[in-house]
Amino acid sequence: MRLQLNGTQVDAEVATLAELLTAQGYGDAKVATAVNGTFVPATLRPAHALADGDSIEVLAPMQGG
Amino acid sequence: MRDFYGTPLANGFMLGTAQYPSPAILAEAFRRSGASVATVSLRRESGQDRAGQDFWNLIRELGVHILPNTAGCHSVKEAVTTAHMAREVFETPWIKLEVIGEEDTLQPDVFGLVEAARILTEDGFQVFPYTTEDLVVADRLLHVGCEVLMPWGSPIGSGLGLNNIFGLRALRAHFPNVPLVIDAGLGLPSQAAAAMELGYDAILLNTAVAKAGDPAAMAEAFALALKAGKLARSADPMEPRDMAAPSTPVIGKAFLE
Repeated sequence: MRLQLNGTQVDAEVATLAELLTAQGYGDAKVATAVNGTFVPATLRPAHALADGDSIEVLAPMQGG
Repeated sequence: MRDFYGTPLANGFMLGTAQYPSPAILAEAFRRSGASVATVSLRRESGQDRAGQDFWNLIRELGVHILPNTAGCHSVKEAVTTAHMAREVFETPWIKLEVIGEEDTLQPDVFGLVEAARILTEDGFQVFPYTTEDLVVADRLLHVGCEVLMPWGSPIGSGLGLNNIFGLRALRAHFPNVPLVIDAGLGLPSQAAAAMELGYDAILLNTAVAKAGDPAAMAEAFALALKAGKLARSADPMEPRDMAAPSTPVIGKAFLE
C-alpha cells in the first residue's frame, strides 16, 4: 500500500494507523495523528483502517511562540 | 491577578519556546524569567529521529503551564484540527488560537478566528485567541465563549512594541473584567512595562528574549519590567497634562532680582 507520511511517500504493508506507527518506528512516542486532514485520536488508531493513497500526518511537541 | 479559565497564575509572563540558541539556554531563560506559562507547538515528527520527545521532556521539567498554539494555520479547519491534536499531545484544554490572514504582517484572520473559537469552545477547549485590538471582534470572541483575549501589540516578531496605544487602552476600558494579554510584537522590556501600565494582565512574547544576545538576561529584564508596570498600574498613575506644573513650591522662594 502506498501512503503519504508527513508529506513523504512510503510503501507499507499495514492495515491500520496503529500498525503504520509501529512499522515506522514511532513506538510509544508522544504524537498526534491525522488522516486525510481529519484528527484520529490515539484510542482509535488500532481500528482506523488505512487505504491506498491516504495522507497521514504524525505530529509531536515542538518549539513554539 | 485575574484567573485564566479558573487557573490562577503566579505572574503574567507567558514565554515562547522557539528560536533559542540551545535547549540549555531556553531552560535558563525560563528559570530567570520566572514565567508561569510556556507556549509550544506541534510539528511533523520522524519515527527515526523522534526529536519532539526530547523537547517534550525539557518542557515538562520547566514546571510551568503549557499553552499549545495553532501557529501557521491559515484556515478554520486547519486550526481546529491542530487544536485537537495539541489537546491530545499536551493534555490541556488550553489553546492559543491563531488563524493567520495575511502573510506580511501575520495579522489574524479575525473572521476565521471567531468561527474557529466558536467550534473549539463548543468542544470544551479553553481558547486564548490571538486577535487584534478591534472592539467588535473582541465582543464576538467573548460571545462565542472566549474568556481571555490576546490582542497583538504589533506584528509577530517585529519588536515594534505597542502600535496602537489608543486601541489597546479602549479594549481595556471596554472589557474591564476580561483577562487581557498582549501577544506578539514586544521587543523591549519597557514595552512590556507599558502594557502592564495600561492595565493588561499578561504579556506573551518569544523573539525578544530568544533572539537577544543574552536570552536569559533579557528574560529577567522582561520579568522586572512586568513587575514594575503592574506595580505602577496599582499605584494609580498621575494624569498627564499638556502644560508644565512646577513641582517645587513657589511659596517661600527668595527674591534675588
